[in-house]
Amino acid sequence: MNTDNKETSRPSPRPGFVLDVDRNTPPIVFHHGENFHLEKLPAGRSRVVYPSEPLEGLPDPEGAIKDALLNPLGDSDPLPSLLKPGMKLTIAFDDISLPLPPMRKPDIRQRIIEAVLDMAAEAGVDDVHLIAALALHRRMTEDELRHAVGDRVYDSFAPKGLLYNLDAEDPEGMVVLGETPHGEEVHFCRRAAESDLLIYVNINLVSMDGGHKSTATGLAGYTGLRHHHNVHTLRNSKSIMDRENSALHASNWRMGDVIKDAGVKIFQIETTVNNNTFGREGPLALLQKREWEWNARDRGQFIAMQRGLDLLPVKAKRRIFGGWQSPYELTSVQAGEVEAVHKKTIENVYAQQLVTVEGQTDILTLGLPYICPYNVNSIMNPILVMCLGLGYFFNLYKGKPLVREGGVLIMSHPTPWEFHPVHHPSYIDFFEQVLTETTDPIEIEKRYEKQFAEDEWYIHLYRNSYAYHGVHPLYMWYWGSHAMQHLGRIIIVGGDQKAVRRLGFQSASTLQDALEIASDVVGPQPTITHLKTPPLVMADVI
Amino acid sequence: MKALRFKRNIPRYAAAKIAGNIMPGSGASFGPIDLIQEENSESPGKDWVKVRPRLSGICGSDLATVDGKSARYFEPLVSFPFTPGHEVVGNLDDDSRVVLEPVLSCTSRNISPPCTPCSEGKIGNCENVTLGEISPGIQTGSCHDTGGGWATEFYAHPSQLHSVPDEFSDEAAVMVEPTACGVHAALAAEIPDQGVVAILGSGTLGQVTLSALRHFTNPKTIISTARYPEQKRVATQLGSDIVVSPEEIHRAVRRACGTKAITNVSEKAPNGRVDRLTGGADVVIDCVGSSKSISDALSITKPNGKVVLVGMPATVELELTPLWHRELQLIGAYTYGTEKLPDGKTTSTFDLAFELVKTAKLEELVSACYSLNNYQEALKHAANAGVRGAFKIVFDLRDERERNIK
Repeated sequence: MNTDNKETSRPSPRPGFVLDVDRNTPPIVFHHGENFHLEKLPAGRSRVVYPSEPLEGLPDPEGAIKDALLNPLGDSDPLPSLLKPGMKLTIAFDDISLPLPPMRKPDIRQRIIEAVLDMAAEAGVDDVHLIAALALHRRMTEDELRHAVGDRVYDSFAPKGLLYNLDAEDPEGMVVLGETPHGEEVHFCRRAAESDLLIYVNINLVSMDGGHKSTATGLAGYTGLRHHHNVHTLRNSKSIMDRENSALHASNWRMGDVIKDAGVKIFQIETTVNNNTFGREGPLALLQKREWEWNARDRGQFIAMQRGLDLLPVKAKRRIFGGWQSPYELTSVQAGEVEAVHKKTIENVYAQQLVTVEGQTDILTLGLPYICPYNVNSIMNPILVMCLGLGYFFNLYKGKPLVREGGVLIMSHPTPWEFHPVHHPSYIDFFEQVLTETTDPIEIEKRYEKQFAEDEWYIHLYRNSYAYHGVHPLYMWYWGSHAMQHLGRIIIVGGDQKAVRRLGFQSASTLQDALEIASDVVGPQPTITHLKTPPLVMADVI
Repeated sequence: MKALRFKRNIPRYAAAKIAGNIMPGSGASFGPIDLIQEENSESPGKDWVKVRPRLSGICGSDLATVDGKSARYFEPLVSFPFTPGHEVVGNLDDDSRVVLEPVLSCTSRNISPPCTPCSEGKIGNCENVTLGEISPGIQTGSCHDTGGGWATEFYAHPSQLHSVPDEFSDEAAVMVEPTACGVHAALAAEIPDQGVVAILGSGTLGQVTLSALRHFTNPKTIISTARYPEQKRVATQLGSDIVVSPEEIHRAVRRACGTKAITNVSEKAPNGRVDRLTGGADVVIDCVGSSKSISDALSITKPNGKVVLVGMPATVELELTPLWHRELQLIGAYTYGTEKLPDGKTTSTFDLAFELVKTAKLEELVSACYSLNNYQEALKHAANAGVRGAFKIVFDLRDERERNIK
């Protein structure tokens, strides 16, 4: 993907695997927000699920993109034959929440959009809108949009008002296309619905992304989202990363049918990237190395990094990590009919991320990093810590959860009682008002969703500032509802104790303390599994 | 008799101020207050009767005096030396129990005809507090001639006394006076039917005001600020719909009123910080009286709304632009007298306070009793009541030897 990248990939990257911890196993690196811990796991009953090494990137990304556009999957015609003079064309693309961390320039979206626009120009298409499909996420800033689509595209479209963020609260800009047989309203971007062709440009970082979810969720507002962003749906999504067993995806797929039946023609372009999150060289490269393969230099570098980070104020650490851009490489690009494309995409995601794991565990441990989909250039507040751990990482499974029902989840993160006032205003209210009353997702949904969704001030900030929609923190809480229902106890190591208590979880100073606390629930000699991510890994639990 | 006597002594007053700033309540150890033993006091007039306190409360204004934080405003309105204590249940010579209504109005000063407020039953607004047959003093507890409740005896005018029903415990009876302050504040606020009210502070005054609002007015939502867990628990128990930490009040009022917010700093993108509201609560009742709490009150009250100061504010620094720009009313609520109820009836504040104490079981707010000998500890406890999970701290004089010698 990165043509300027001088890094070299392994000729045959090693797949992910499960390490059984013995006495000789060195301490394992745990992410801990903007820092790291080395943790010694109990020998004889612990295992570590390691991600695969980064797959080799496509040698000619531009060529692969062009090839995908000319040779689409499913019943779609090649893109050039879909482009006609005088037509209305809308290009929607994934927003700031993908990928994580953001990728080094040029972004995949830029490469694809430039290729699509070249073809549109050749075909004489001049009514083109580009829309960041952010649903109820915050609007992207100019810098963020420039990073995603490139300066050339930005400068050609944005000044004329043809490149913009979706405004899902604009009553004129949204339309209800119909209802699914389940009574779910399909709320959709009017411009996209009224276009002759909607091209969706996706980055499929995890298997939850893409497919009909790209448009049915990305171009929707609260009226539509509430039908699947709810506790019932998410508790019946086992997991949200496994489309075939996800009620969330089933709902989106039903909505996809309604969109199609309403006459919206979609040309879906999906991409996958490899696991080269921290680089094969450079200051963070050792985070992609397995600990027993560290050399003396790696060990020295890790200690220096850890101590340096300990000394830095948190704002400086955020600046450093927030500036990190991953040297991902494009591993696949496929275009055409939504479902055919997505099927191939998921195969490619799994090829990079899926690791077979035998059986469940009593305790699952996670080291949570500094970033999640909703704090890019922002602060990872306690609700986002919960969502990353319980909503995303817990759900990185197919088959069965890594941890048994009634088991314990231990997450390591500083969990600061801190919120970004521009990005997360309703989160502050949610934390102050709702979580002091209840942490029960059903109760929260029943008592507070309407209030937060319809609050005029939140809507004003969503539309005019860079705020996540008022209802978004509730969605974060719902995202963790399957895990909350499944687990016997949730413990956060090294977190702000008051914040952790407010979340309704238990706090521990060290991993050893957390294991001690967990023994109340799972007994004295529990089995432990550490999911070592990022880089991303998904467990196929058999 | 035994009494705590407060003298005019500028160096010791300054020492109390320093000590009080370092550790609230510790002004008692350095200030001009002493425990004294002396001959029994003399009646200030022929109608006056001796009261032997059973319980005598410590209130916020007493603590301000002890810690040297009282406004100089009061200097001409008190007479030194005096014995503090105005929240009193005591015995008369016939052993009947009485509660003191401490305001020293025209009647107790033997001034006839009475001033206009007194003639209207608004004795708290008496215009003659420095005149008449007794020395200056706005209340018993600040007047040299009458003595005060922090003693084994003092004198009261019969017009100041209310008989205590048998079913009232001493603890309930000692809560009547502070409760009357809350009742007066709640009714002075003139809460619109189904309005939104915020109460800043959940100490004793905040809790009794909350209780009065719940019983005598009909708001849609009452929001209280409370800093400590016990304050939060009791505020919820007494009927607050929403209880938040003081720093969360802006957001809580915004949510309850469905209004929008303004950030003090102008920025490129609208900020999600909530420094003040575009709308706000119909009424905010400030039971703290600090610069911060009054500023907060002004920033969360809706245009044309009302801010009621119940907590004694002393000297504060305030940005008054919102008062002007939003056409707010800033009113005080001091003591009690005669109240007009929402249904148009008029009645004495103390009658309402007796009713409220009984109904809401406000005697539960009495958290600890101290003997006069332990007055320094008592005052420290009172000054740190919130953090120590307490509300009303009282002196218990029932077993004082001097009190029981007839």
